[in-house]
Amino acid sequence: MQQLAGPLTYQDWDLDKAREAVLDLADKTGGVMIALHRLQEIFGYVDDSAMPMLGKVFNLSRAEVHGVTSFYHDFKRSKPGRYTIKVCQAEACQAMGSDKLTDEIKDFLGVGFHETTASGDFTLEPVYCLGNCACSPNIIVDEQTYGRVSIEGFKALASSLSASEESA
Amino acid sequence: MVKIYIPRETTADSLGAELLVKAISTEAQYRNLDVEIVRNGSRGACFLEPLVEVETGNGRIGYGPVTLEDVPDLFDNDFINGGEHAKRLGDVEALPWFKNQERLTFARCGIIEATSVTEYENLGGFVGLKNALAKGSDGIIEEMSDSGLRGRGGAAFPTAIKWRTVADCDADQKYIVCNADEGDSGTFSDRMIMEGDPLSLVEGMTIAGLAVGADTGYIYLRSEYPLTQKILNEAIANAEAAGYLGENIQGSGKNFTLEVFMGAGAYICGEETSLLESLEGKRGQIRFKPPLPAIEGLFGKPTVVNNVISLASVPVILEKGGKHYAEYGQGRSLGTMPFQLGGNIKQGGLVEKAFGLTLRQLIEDFGGGTYTGKPVRAVQVGGPLGAYFPDALLDTQLDYEEFAKAGGMLGHGGVVVFDDSVNMAKQARFSMEFCSVESCGKCTPCRIGSVRGMEVIDRIVEATSSEEREAEHIVLKDLCDTMESASLCAMGGLTPIPVMSAVKHFAQDFEK
Repeated sequence: MQQLAGPLTYQDWDLDKAREAVLDLADKTGGVMIALHRLQEIFGYVDDSAMPMLGKVFNLSRAEVHGVTSFYHDFKRSKPGRYTIKVCQAEACQAMGSDKLTDEIKDFLGVGFHETTASGDFTLEPVYCLGNCACSPNIIVDEQTYGRVSIEGFKALASSLSASEESA
Repeated sequence: MVKIYIPRETTADSLGAELLVKAISTEAQYRNLDVEIVRNGSRGACFLEPLVEVETGNGRIGYGPVTLEDVPDLFDNDFINGGEHAKRLGDVEALPWFKNQERLTFARCGIIEATSVTEYENLGGFVGLKNALAKGSDGIIEEMSDSGLRGRGGAAFPTAIKWRTVADCDADQKYIVCNADEGDSGTFSDRMIMEGDPLSLVEGMTIAGLAVGADTGYIYLRSEYPLTQKILNEAIANAEAAGYLGENIQGSGKNFTLEVFMGAGAYICGEETSLLESLEGKRGQIRFKPPLPAIEGLFGKPTVVNNVISLASVPVILEKGGKHYAEYGQGRSLGTMPFQLGGNIKQGGLVEKAFGLTLRQLIEDFGGGTYTGKPVRAVQVGGPLGAYFPDALLDTQLDYEEFAKAGGMLGHGGVVVFDDSVNMAKQARFSMEFCSVESCGKCTPCRIGSVRGMEVIDRIVEATSSEEREAEHIVLKDLCDTMESASLCAMGGLTPIPVMSAVKHFAQDFEK
């Protein structure tokens, strides 16, 4: 397994910048969903201070915005590691040993699901199906899917990602 | 100039296709060879990916699965002229795996450059749309009715009836919504067609718009498919530039605009009312039915919600006629279905066949048995809400009615194979766990029942006497009955199916 892309770079949270980034979405269909995706792309997460701001932009209550944000697995409320690694937990991957692979990955990184490594390199998350079920087990690192993942392949990938971080 | 095809598609990409593109073009440059790399979709033989094809006088010669290490060797063996090599597969279309399929919906997938309007047109693309413009609403719906097409997302509702309902509604605004929230484990046909032949979906949605009088469409795409999003957006832009989408389509005076909308990792948003809520920018909680989305859907307006494969099958139906499509299949399961072979399978991938072949034929003849080489013990068909079948049921025909008779459901056509190392009590528990993680929380049987389900299964497995175990089995049965009859949607209502099928067919796994 080889590294295919560098880390996504996130800016530090800035409420004014966040507001500016979503203003054009006020009248879009499902605008608040698009806004949450956009904030996450820029900052890596959606800060609490975005709740009242989004409420104003989309004419919603703070509770409604919080309700939408908290419903979806994708929206994070704190800054993730430089790479987010999701390991598939669904049936097709289970049939190819994803349970064992998951345990080995947790051991190797020294974190559980929804946690970030001490180095700040990786946040580990579960995911239910990446749609690559004929080449299980699968993981996705940011936006890059990897199929037929072995623990050896994973270790090599993780090491190269960490190393590229140091040189960057 | 030699044309080399390397898929731009998630499976191929997950196995290094992007690196291969770089390696092959660098090597060709170094050797002063004139090559053009074409980015097609996948033909669906995932076990051969990355499948590199070279256009020669004798058809497209395939090599696969190709790794980076193979590249210099391939060039040394003159692969760009179809030279011999250990990875040479010969004429790809002559391989039994492809030759024995019946491709209607996926006829172009993997063959053409995915987002090219010209290549799409060269293989029959947009003929259906032109026919649809000539036929008008009633004519289109009649063809759909003749085709016998039933919703390929899982519920198998006749597409023509849904369209008729929306067409008959009197409203100032109607919508076409494509459900591309393909969350079932073991399914990837939606992704493959969107990456390999996205214009067929664009064309299908446009025809649906003409049929019911809708000028706006949305593709609700799951966020786990980032590459698909890029390809779809390119296809939409190309279709607009060529006058097949947008204002005044092909000079007809009809308009249809299309947008991709990204989900955010919630399985329940594959349920149509939950999807509509999400598309409106809300929590993806399901709605009571009725009213049906066909009458009160997106923003309360009449809305067609169809799965990707249903919509992508529309162009070929309008191109060749509903009756031609209905010549495939049997009984009330007409046409073809793209079955997806995944999990512990040697030759996994997408097999489009007319309904009627058996599950065993699919797994053995196409799939070649398990990846590990061990015996097949259990097969889950139809995603996480589908039944687990033991070997004794593998001769069931892949047909909506035949599957229902055997206590299962075809769903979206996903087939996940497990070898004899599987523990079915663990799988049953996972079904409940998945339901508890992904439940929208609106109704109690699903939200609470799934949690209680995990606890009961734990107690069954840990029971120290058979009386104790029997007592817990009664609780589980009762709980499943409640979930099945009292849940608001299929999530809670169908979770008992995999659970009870595991109990029924694999009882020994529940005894420690």
